[in-house]
Amino acid sequence: MIKLDSKIPKGPIEDKWTSHKFNMKLVNPANKRKYDIIVVGTGLAGASAAASLSELGYNVTVLTYHDSPRRAHSIAAQGGINAAKNYPNDGDSIRRLFYDTLKGGDYRAREGNVYRLAEVSNSIIDQCVAQGVPFAREYGGHLDNRSFGGALVSRTFYSRSITGQQLLLGAYSALSRQVGLGKIKMFTRREMLGLTVIDGQARGVVARNLVTGEIESYAAHAVCLATGGYSRVFFLSTNAMNCNTTAIWRAHRKGALFANPCFTQIHPTCLPLHGEQQSKLTLMSESLRNDGRVWVPLKPGDKRKPGDIPEAERDYILERKYPTYGNLAPRDISSRAAKEACDAGKGAGDTGQAVYLDFADAIKRLGKKVIAERYGNLFEMYELITAENPWEVPMRIYPAPHYTMGGLWVDYNLMSNVPGLYVLGEANYSDHGANRLGASALMQGLADGYFVIPYTIGDYLAGTKFQTVKTDHPEFQKEKDAVAEMTKKLLSIKGKRTTDDIHRQLGRIMWNKVGMARNEQGLKEAIQEIRDLREEFWKNVNVPGSAEDLNQALERAGRVADFLELGELMAVDALDRKESCGGHFREEFQYEDGEAKRDDENYTYVAAWEFAESGNWNLHKEHLEFEYLKPTVRSYK
Amino acid sequence: MSGNMNLTLKIWRQANANAVGGFVTFNVKNISPDSSFLEMLDILNEELEAKGEDPVAFEHDCREGICGACSLVINGRPHGPLARITTCQLHMRHFKDGDTIWIEPWRAKAFPIIKDLIVDRTSFEKIIQAGGFISVDTGGVPDANAILISKDAIEKATDAAACIGCGACVAACKNASAMLFVSAKVSQFAVLPQGQPERYQRVQAMVKKMDEMGFGSCTNTYACEAECPKGISVRNIAQLNRDYFNAKLKSENVEA
Repeated sequence: MIKLDSKIPKGPIEDKWTSHKFNMKLVNPANKRKYDIIVVGTGLAGASAAASLSELGYNVTVLTYHDSPRRAHSIAAQGGINAAKNYPNDGDSIRRLFYDTLKGGDYRAREGNVYRLAEVSNSIIDQCVAQGVPFAREYGGHLDNRSFGGALVSRTFYSRSITGQQLLLGAYSALSRQVGLGKIKMFTRREMLGLTVIDGQARGVVARNLVTGEIESYAAHAVCLATGGYSRVFFLSTNAMNCNTTAIWRAHRKGALFANPCFTQIHPTCLPLHGEQQSKLTLMSESLRNDGRVWVPLKPGDKRKPGDIPEAERDYILERKYPTYGNLAPRDISSRAAKEACDAGKGAGDTGQAVYLDFADAIKRLGKKVIAERYGNLFEMYELITAENPWEVPMRIYPAPHYTMGGLWVDYNLMSNVPGLYVLGEANYSDHGANRLGASALMQGLADGYFVIPYTIGDYLAGTKFQTVKTDHPEFQKEKDAVAEMTKKLLSIKGKRTTDDIHRQLGRIMWNKVGMARNEQGLKEAIQEIRDLREEFWKNVNVPGSAEDLNQALERAGRVADFLELGELMAVDALDRKESCGGHFREEFQYEDGEAKRDDENYTYVAAWEFAESGNWNLHKEHLEFEYLKPTVRSYK
Repeated sequence: MSGNMNLTLKIWRQANANAVGGFVTFNVKNISPDSSFLEMLDILNEELEAKGEDPVAFEHDCREGICGACSLVINGRPHGPLARITTCQLHMRHFKDGDTIWIEPWRAKAFPIIKDLIVDRTSFEKIIQAGGFISVDTGGVPDANAILISKDAIEKATDAAACIGCGACVAACKNASAMLFVSAKVSQFAVLPQGQPERYQRVQAMVKKMDEMGFGSCTNTYACEAECPKGISVRNIAQLNRDYFNAKLKSENVEA
């Protein structure tokens, strides 16, 4: 029987992390090199964790499916990273960042975790500056800040529109330094395909060498998964093409609980779909909403050009509905407002599946130079893709799947229910509840990697008895055989449909029935349709090539096989949660004005799903306690 | 749909590092001008997969011009005919119905081909590992605002730090020199106060590793700057050269 223990330390919220750090066991510096730790993934969470653990003296092995750690998808984050520095003197504090994040997540995250995140946020900025990350500066040489959705203070640090890149290159340089010193063993082009559990402890992984096809074993005392989110289950998303759920899904199949899988974030400012040949959607930074105004024609079916629609016949939807936050309303709320307008026939452009993001007023007020300084490269990017000039015509934007708040269940120490298996960054479920605020993903990834795992993993290692395990242990062979068998099966089906064709169909089911608005009937249909599609996949997919060399078709097929299981669990979870909260909007549960109706009495819990067999899960509930911030109706009006 | 294109593709195919490669001709039909170049290749690959044939291997990931994974020499130019973008940001509206398009991998001794259009850029990793960092452990650093940096310096550092490590500079250079890549990292740290303590050791270590990895010499043709998707300036190379010579002039900086 699984008992979920969050391990939140006792005591006042301000002291929890400090006293926990004191109470945790330490590993003698001379003994650290005797412990092997595997880190899978090299985004912000993985790279920062690997570097920090290696600096402490642990023996670290890193795996990534990329050719270089710097390719991880953290690199694509544009807007910024939050911290409670209060440099602008505008009323920020650790407490306010904690409050905004917990409220932004619609009270579906743990207080203790969120407070710690806010608490360590300031150290992240210090660390990054010390590494040479070029954050934007004021004329006096001090750091500059900008605003992001869901906050009334300016707490976002940024580097043009390439903040994710600069932060990742910072973590990457720390990681590379350790590799160069011979302290980290780095394995690129390796995809984790299985978790090895021995005597109930995570003791290693098996991975496919993507160049030779060889299935390799890696043994350790602890395993950290920092493998990102699963938005690619929707096929079309803002995620990079290779993002997938496979590492965490294979761990889930080996016993790790999957928490709140239905909490997915649909980002409001993405470029609209151009047509059937599309492989990916492009995000435009939320920072654009600092100065851009979101509007649609007031009259349904108004097909005039935006410039021909007079001011009085425009509906500035966010400013009208949420006067306090205006265009900086949180992502879930902004996305729903856009969908609502388009559903009412007020959508912009030929397709009607877009809203305008208009900079005309900001350009008038601040001048072209200031706007170019703030958003120049975003404007260029927009024009490049759409062949429209945003200096003259308002941008057209539409929501798209972007981030997944759900992930593997972890306790306060970031350890899953499988001892020795840690989960960091977007791959875990821990800090964002039912909706993540902008500029908080980078914060969480780096908090986990630089400032949480280096402390908590030591407590586990120092307090655990380990038997000697090498890669010749029979469990590794068993895991390798299972991977080889799945590979063989995928290559032998030789059916009539391509992997992408099936993935695209899965994406349509997910978007239509497990997307921005969900209802009981649709979810039940989705579950059946996904099951049928999964069955078809295993009978009718066509994966060419061999297992013994670089085979991208095989890589994709394995990932889609896992998405076809995860998709069903997302629908199952969404069906179970008979309330609306954050990014999870159940049409049956809303107020008269269309706002989300939470049910705190019955659903103040983390839904942690235990894998029984394909298509069958057991639900475990972790009840959430709110001692410091009593949940209230989340209003941005 | 009207405006859609039919194209002939001449694509470099090579089974592995040791195999002999060559151009293979493919035809793709009904490509939307709004599709990206890589979406066009996705369509080709899906057709090949449907026939049970091996799809063309090419590297790609973010499709937003930032991860640096995508490469491709298109009609003789790294990242294709437009300046200052990556291949993944190139759209088919820049081609015409009936065009023949030549698609090749990066060509450089230090970037051996792995398969088809995928090359091994581990040599870049080795250069960064040799010195592309500021030596600071996690924790124990001063408050971020304790280090003041002028707007001018931060702009220069950011310009250099925008490098995505794609390797187009090497592919564009007739000598396959990596000077633009190396100098971008050297310059980022050379203009920042945090980078000063290791400034001269860093440049020597990185240049030494660059030479070891088999990259060619810089002969100032500026082809790298012309093809760089991020517009990294050759002024960085001048900065690197200045720092390198300074390092050699100062005896205390010379490596043991």
